[in-house]
Amino acid sequence: MSRIRSHRLGLLVLVLVVLVAACGGGDDEVDTGTGAGDATEVPEHPEGSTMAEIQEAGTITVGTKFDQRLFGQTNPRTGEVEGFDVEIAKLIVEAIGPDVEIEFVETPSAIRETAIQEGTVQMVVATYTINDARKEKIDFAGPYYVAGQDIMVPTGNPLDIGGLDDLNGKRVCSVSGSTPLQNVRTNAPGAEVTEFDVYTKCADAMRDGRVDAVTTDNVILLGLVEQYGAEVFEVVGDPFTTEPYGIGIPKGDDQFRTFINDRLEEIYANGEWTEAFKRTVGAVTDEIPEPPPVDRY
Amino acid sequence: MDIVLENFDRFVQGLTTTLSLTALSWVGAFVIGVAVASLRVGPIPPLRGAGAVYVEVVRNCPLTVLFVVFYFGFPSIGIILPKFASAVIILSVYTGAFVAETVRAGFNTVARGQVEAARTLGLSFAQMLGMVVLPQALRAVVGPLGSLLSALIRNSSIAFSISVIELTGTTFQIATETAEFIPVFVAAAVAYLLLTLPTGLVVGVIERRVAIKR
Repeated sequence: MSRIRSHRLGLLVLVLVVLVAACGGGDDEVDTGTGAGDATEVPEHPEGSTMAEIQEAGTITVGTKFDQRLFGQTNPRTGEVEGFDVEIAKLIVEAIGPDVEIEFVETPSAIRETAIQEGTVQMVVATYTINDARKEKIDFAGPYYVAGQDIMVPTGNPLDIGGLDDLNGKRVCSVSGSTPLQNVRTNAPGAEVTEFDVYTKCADAMRDGRVDAVTTDNVILLGLVEQYGAEVFEVVGDPFTTEPYGIGIPKGDDQFRTFINDRLEEIYANGEWTEAFKRTVGAVTDEIPEPPPVDRY
Repeated sequence: MDIVLENFDRFVQGLTTTLSLTALSWVGAFVIGVAVASLRVGPIPPLRGAGAVYVEVVRNCPLTVLFVVFYFGFPSIGIILPKFASAVIILSVYTGAFVAETVRAGFNTVARGQVEAARTLGLSFAQMLGMVVLPQALRAVVGPLGSLLSALIRNSSIAFSISVIELTGTTFQIATETAEFIPVFVAAAVAYLLLTLPTGLVVGVIERRVAIKR
């Protein structure tokens, strides 16, 4: 009997070890001996703070996009979500506690506020433009990146579109519920708007000649150009807005917001932000921007 | 509530699009449905088979899939239609399959003796169908057809996936602009009920009026 039991126990331990190893992720700092040894590396947080709660729980749910090239996109081979937003989330969570595991949850543009308000996610890093309407429902740390709205056209720019004004009278595509789309409605009211749930549908529609232009943040457009090929699409290259990407957290949690802002400044200073940028968005652009100053409103 | 009132014009516009989408698709679905049902009871085996294949394929595919296949797939074989026209065609084809099955069920309510009498009198298949069977069959299935119409009203919301901004699309736009999802979508639910409930009542009245008293 006891032999069987010990076998079972051994098996259980083996399964647990495999699970832990599988969940640990591909980072180079996987468990170098858990336990009392590196207790000194675990940061202390004020009692009762969100950071302390997360550290205690050992997990955090983070909302991001799963289909946003360069920022948050599922890698079909590994099943892991990858991109600049994901890197930023990892860098922040790392400071909450090195052993805290991140569970990424898909948050498309339209459901981000709701997901934060309902507590489905504790933090959203999802190409999330900071604006006042959203600030009424949630709070933003950051910005950690500033994009700008630009226009993508078929290569050669047959209709000679140079900026927002030129979109009047043209067929323009963007994503439902996005800031760029609202911007077109307000500032180029003569545009005939087509809207989909994801940008690849807009790109398909333009390839088929159904729309004349696709507009959204420049980095997203660069990602589409990379995906479809420079012989198919090109970006006009004259951004006409500033879209500060922030980190969405529950309204009123100022302690958490300050913590994230502090951490952002830390990774700006130590170069980790730049490294994260090069690894992700850097794939489609040689320009490495300066990190934007955080806005402690 | 304020948000709903402020955007009332847009809701009305979305509702109008939903109505025109539904009305046009219903005409298309009805024509397709009656035609296919007729083929399926007709004397030509290949056409019977074609009718059956159409009904089973379309009826067993999710509507969302049909939208994507038609709108994004057909351009690769050179068929590019505007979004509203595409939506009307897809909804007609989809609902048509259900109408066909309903009408075929209606055919079965017509007594066999009537068909035999009609053929004995020398009526052709088309004459028999048009003058004897169809008028009775349709009257028998007014209720089920009404349910299909109500389903079509609700299904028309999927046209938003190809950027036809009907009631659901409008609701979605307003909700994302204001970041107020609950009141805006509750208003949309009420608007859909305002469309579907009276439809049910009217269908009920028609059903009683045209009922065959035997």
